[in-house]
Amino acid sequence: MPQDLNYLRETPSQTAGPYVHIGLAPGAAGFDIYREELGHDIAGPNAKGERIRVEGLVMDGTGSPIKDVLLEAWQANSDGIYAHPEHPGEVEDGFRGWGRVITDFDTGEWGFDTIKPGPVMGRNGRIMAPHINLWLVARGINIGLNTRIYFSDEDAANAADPVINLVEWERRRETLIARRSEADGKIVYRFDVQIQGENETVFFDI
Amino acid sequence: MRKPAEFYQRDRGRHPPAYVDTYKTSVTRSPQYSLISLQNSASEITGPVFGHNDIDPTDNDLIVNYAKPGEMPIGERIILHGRVLDENARPVRNTLVEIWQANAGGRYRHKKDTYLAPIDPNFGGCGRTMTDEDGYYYFRTVKPGAYPWRNYVNSWRPAHIHVSVFGTGFAQRLISQIYFEGDPLIPMCPIVQAIPDPDAIEQVTAKLDMNSTIPLDTIAYKFDIVLRGRRSTLFENRLEGN
Repeated sequence: MPQDLNYLRETPSQTAGPYVHIGLAPGAAGFDIYREELGHDIAGPNAKGERIRVEGLVMDGTGSPIKDVLLEAWQANSDGIYAHPEHPGEVEDGFRGWGRVITDFDTGEWGFDTIKPGPVMGRNGRIMAPHINLWLVARGINIGLNTRIYFSDEDAANAADPVINLVEWERRRETLIARRSEADGKIVYRFDVQIQGENETVFFDI
Repeated sequence: MRKPAEFYQRDRGRHPPAYVDTYKTSVTRSPQYSLISLQNSASEITGPVFGHNDIDPTDNDLIVNYAKPGEMPIGERIILHGRVLDENARPVRNTLVEIWQANAGGRYRHKKDTYLAPIDPNFGGCGRTMTDEDGYYYFRTVKPGAYPWRNYVNSWRPAHIHVSVFGTGFAQRLISQIYFEGDPLIPMCPIVQAIPDPDAIEQVTAKLDMNSTIPLDTIAYKFDIVLRGRRSTLFENRLEGN
């Protein structure tokens, strides 16, 4: 009899469904229940670095905005440190690095306010360009989609980024770059996610 | 500090594929290109940390957390409990578990749900808790009802509770659904059957647990959640460049 490897198996994923807001953003579902909903403040008041807004749409294969998506962001602080016990270094008091937003039920627009992350040490001592890790779930999405948001004003760092360079098709790399603009002194990065079809966003198996 | 260790590769054959033509919404919401595989870096190995200050002790009791004083939701009182483990069978401690569900009639407290079954004035339908030092979690709630949805004309979801888990790294982030043992709608549901492996479908089915039932009070179901395990870096640890 062959040796039995006693590993457990990961619980299979299922779609978050149309009413994901009830559990993870009940205020948006139309009722208040918790003292505090989680994920509204990524960086906290003490975070150093440039204050930015990241916003966009999530489009389906017909080019229509999806209006029931939940997105989560995970990022380092401006020194490239994650708020996690296994990452060497300190983050500012109140810096969580994680946020959760939903798309507007009428327009599909989403956005979050944070600080621009610093470069993070990657594998084999190679520096990763500043980026925000993004995870999307929604009705019709059977397993959460992972992607990364990079920044259009980081050309040199992006060109050297070990993850961007894994994408063999140079045209597809563009789908990972958020476009910077300034209006009324606010810095906004636009990041539209195309789930399917032309200019489909690069998604990762992480 | 533990040395940063990578997670085992996700076995995509245990998970539903992105495109499942019988689950119609997935047809336009599934990428057509292959996922690009990434070896883990700090971005994937780390993840958000939550504390007990983030939540309230009654957040895991759906029978009281939205009920008016002295009132209760209508439905079958159940305890849902189990452990969060990794693939190495180690407990995942102090991790956030969130659930949401319909009421006993299959109606969600959501402004987009227009099903004619009524809202229960004493039931919100969401809860959250942190696992303890053994990875253990528990909720008290009412068993949700099945409900119809517009997939085929006569499609009904089996009774289910949605569950969201974090683990310790962003690569472990997982949302799934918990079904109930013996429900005859399970084999008919395109969302459940999107999972290609019958054994994996069994893994998302909570089992009746008479030993944890409170006599004359509340019946119990057990559901263990397994998140990705981590490699032991026996001969190499290239994450930090050595």
